[in-house]
Amino acid sequence: MIWALILVPALAGAVSFFLKSNRLGRGLLVGTAAAHFGLVMAVWNLPRPLTTASGWLAVDAASLLFLTICSGLFLSVALYSIFYLEPSRKVPVKDYLEGFQFDNRPDAIFIGCLLLFLAAMSTVTVAQHLGVLWVAVEATTLASAPLIYHHRHHRSLEAAWKYLLICSVGISLALIGNFFLAVSTASASGREMSLMMPVLLEHAAELSPEWLKAAFLLMLVGYGTKMGLAPMHSWLPDAHSEAPSPVSALLSGALLNCAFLAILRMQTLLEAAGLGQFGRDKLIFFGLLSMGWAAMMLISQTEYKRMLAYSSVEHMGVMAVGVGVGGIAGVGAIFHSVNHSLAKAALFLVAGNILALYRSKDARNTRGLLNVLPVSGALWLAGILAIVGSPPFGLFTSELMILKGAIASGRWWVVGGYLAALGLAFAAIAWVALRMVYGQPPTPPPQPRRAREPIFSIAMPVALVVCVLILGLWVPRPLWKIINEAAAMLGGWK
Amino acid sequence: MQSPYDLMVILLVLLNFRLLGASQLGACVNTVAVQALLIGLLALLTPGVSWNWMTLMVVFVTLIKAVVLPALVRRAMRETGVVQEIEPFVGYTFSILIGTGMLVLSFLAVRPLQVPLDGAAQVLVPVTLFTMLTGLFLIVARRKAITQVLGFLTMENSIYLFGVAFAIQESWLVQTGVLLDVFAAVFVMGIMIHHINREFDNIDTDRLSNLRD
Amino acid sequence: MIYSLLFVFLALAFAPFLMSVINRTKAFFGGRSGPALLQPYYDLVKLLRKGAVYSRTVSWIFHTAPSVEVAAVLAALAVTPLGGIPALLAFPGDLLFLVYVLGLMRFCVVIAALDTGSAFEGMGASREVQFSALAEVALLVGLAAVAAKVHAVGLSDMCREAWAGGMFGENGVTMLLVSASLLVVLLAENSRIPVDDPNTHLELTMIHEVMILDYGGVDLALIEYAAAVKFWVLGSLLVSMALPFRGTSQIGNLAAGLGGLLVLALVVGCIESVMARLRLVRVPQLLVVAGVLSFLALFNVMR
Repeated sequence: MIWALILVPALAGAVSFFLKSNRLGRGLLVGTAAAHFGLVMAVWNLPRPLTTASGWLAVDAASLLFLTICSGLFLSVALYSIFYLEPSRKVPVKDYLEGFQFDNRPDAIFIGCLLLFLAAMSTVTVAQHLGVLWVAVEATTLASAPLIYHHRHHRSLEAAWKYLLICSVGISLALIGNFFLAVSTASASGREMSLMMPVLLEHAAELSPEWLKAAFLLMLVGYGTKMGLAPMHSWLPDAHSEAPSPVSALLSGALLNCAFLAILRMQTLLEAAGLGQFGRDKLIFFGLLSMGWAAMMLISQTEYKRMLAYSSVEHMGVMAVGVGVGGIAGVGAIFHSVNHSLAKAALFLVAGNILALYRSKDARNTRGLLNVLPVSGALWLAGILAIVGSPPFGLFTSELMILKGAIASGRWWVVGGYLAALGLAFAAIAWVALRMVYGQPPTPPPQPRRAREPIFSIAMPVALVVCVLILGLWVPRPLWKIINEAAAMLGGWK
Repeated sequence: MQSPYDLMVILLVLLNFRLLGASQLGACVNTVAVQALLIGLLALLTPGVSWNWMTLMVVFVTLIKAVVLPALVRRAMRETGVVQEIEPFVGYTFSILIGTGMLVLSFLAVRPLQVPLDGAAQVLVPVTLFTMLTGLFLIVARRKAITQVLGFLTMENSIYLFGVAFAIQESWLVQTGVLLDVFAAVFVMGIMIHHINREFDNIDTDRLSNLRD
Repeated sequence: MIYSLLFVFLALAFAPFLMSVINRTKAFFGGRSGPALLQPYYDLVKLLRKGAVYSRTVSWIFHTAPSVEVAAVLAALAVTPLGGIPALLAFPGDLLFLVYVLGLMRFCVVIAALDTGSAFEGMGASREVQFSALAEVALLVGLAAVAAKVHAVGLSDMCREAWAGGMFGENGVTMLLVSASLLVVLLAENSRIPVDDPNTHLELTMIHEVMILDYGGVDLALIEYAAAVKFWVLGSLLVSMALPFRGTSQIGNLAAGLGGLLVLALVVGCIESVMARLRLVRVPQLLVVAGVLSFLALFNVMR
């Protein structure tokens, strides 16, 4: 079952490289996405933990949660991509910013990489062995770099180069962290243990604390690079703004979570070893730094895709703070990751619609959304309200939980920093985005208005936004149970 | 001689300084190759290594890193017709001085860590750290995309060094990890360098500065 | 004691001879027959028989500098051991004395060069000071590393301990690093290629030679002689650190040490033959590398 989760997209990805027909390729993409989602749904009904490969791969609560996010987002992105890939076939395309001609990479490569990306992310979620986890995270980098360079021009090339270089360096640090961990296991007994999570958790007390701390720091920096924690986030705005919108949605909604999961695993280990406080302090530090940094960068942001990217940095910070505070905030952090993924993916998809029509990433040129693109405009408004954390969306609930946890912990500087950064980000995002929604459309309108927006371009964002809305009002019982189980792994919520 | 082991470790440190001070791209490539070779030798000389398929793996990885990769990088250099001069952001002498600082830092940083394994590997931990810092420094302080790849390879060397120094039990992790990283470094980045060269007519990464806030 | 005295006399007698060996090596590489082995002595005798011409702008500094230089280098020679042979005057901390006596010597050359008021000489002085400031660090740190290794602060004690095996003994790595560093220092302090070219004919590229342009006759002879002795002093230190030999008898030690000095002269000759002079901007880098080597040695000992 678990093998199927990984192998189905991997094989489909490999096959799609050789497909000549675009139509067939898209069919394969959607079919695989649907099959994967079906598999995940089937896993929900099986008893947990579901293990295979003598424990190297297993689905526990956290795995299942993040797997579901990945798979669900992937399905919606796959459906959206059908719409997205269609007009981009008219090659070569004129660049809207600088007016030169460029062409896209072949669809076959795009679809193949997308599927391999899904396979890699699935592996990340189900990996129980920290080495496998590392390999999978590295694989996500390799699979997604070509996606960022889908539009062949110099800006996307620059973004892809930065992404590849910075993330590779970060991942190398995480590998060293794995080695440090291996050394720390040897301190008591003189021989190393396997890096399997259950084994490590069982013997957590025997690990050498200094080496464990060093390993945690290296992994926090390494996976934190991938997760987009400040100050290692510098690849993130570039990659998100230059990648095709569906890819941005996946990067932001699914990939960042995968890296977050890796950090969660380490934090779990640290808690088991009795060093939880050490890890939590570092998480709070990086979390607050990310929130503050992102809020500052949001203030003067004029490109709406970069704005969304910085908002991702901010939300990763929120999650890190939540885990760092612990208790109910830990539950909030995990819940937040679900909400953020859905909302941010919806926003990036809508941003793709806006970009396709206005041909501009500048928020000052994209006024009057409600007139020009009524449905997308409404969705953009809803998504923005969700992402800044206003009720009744799910992000409000989860941010409130984290705030509650922070107050309960009595660390007022955390509370202050958290609220200040959230407030700043709220103001900055709302200032830019609301003017996009309500302003006067540019004259003359960018393109002849289409009679109706294509169904695929709006169906998926609608679905995602509705999900966030529902999560804000009522959380399904199984979901709530699994979030609590995942948080309980952290040792925070009894 | 204290031991060939110590000598090799010192040589590794010196190679790092050579990387920091070299002004020619070709010299840098050679240095990275020699470093990889030396690390491979160290791995084979580590006491307690038995001859089995792992040894073959080490030889294989070393060959890739010491022979194949430099050849690929040199090919990339030839094809892109890159100028040999390195054009650093930070001058060579200053780089070496910074290197000294990094060396001290790495020795100080590992002070609190007690190495649980045998003593021969003791000195390797700071050297690993130093090599890693050197790689990072090369990535940050040099202009050409190829130097950044070389810096990345240096980091990779340091990771491999650490892995073999401790003869980490799960050495499949060491080997796979390094191979994956190397794959990333050379194949994917090599392709990118090719594209960058085509797009910008040179491979100075400071041209890659359109995206900023 | 008797051997120490013998060593000093040998140094006084044969220091110019080492210069000659270097020149002959270079001639061999160049396919020439080269100057006579006693040429430096002929030159010295010739200079001693000449009178001096002084510029009207120079002061007493210019007049006294050569004598002070010779005095300083003789003082340095007195504390210089050669491997197993202790120095004539050995006391704890004499390594600092040695370094600063050599510093005094350099100071005299520089200040006399500035005294002439000539632009060329000022330029040479500036370069000399820049390079030797870096070389001095390398020398001091390198000696400190050896001192820490053998737990002694006297040059004679240090050299005796190091002499036990040089680069190939149990202190191998440290000695290797210090030797490499000292070799660079030796080349820089004695104005040899790749730092400076003693045979250059262009004032703009000179360092040491340009500073003594205004000297002639007896003064020049003193300066040349002092430079030769300085090479001997630094060479002795290097040989003590590097040579893997320990004789049982003092006479054997002395012979081995002298042999080592000859080999050193040959090595310097080879280096001068196969290397080009470095660009001036690259010289500090070389010296910094030497400093780093010394530093590494110290680190290797202290860790």
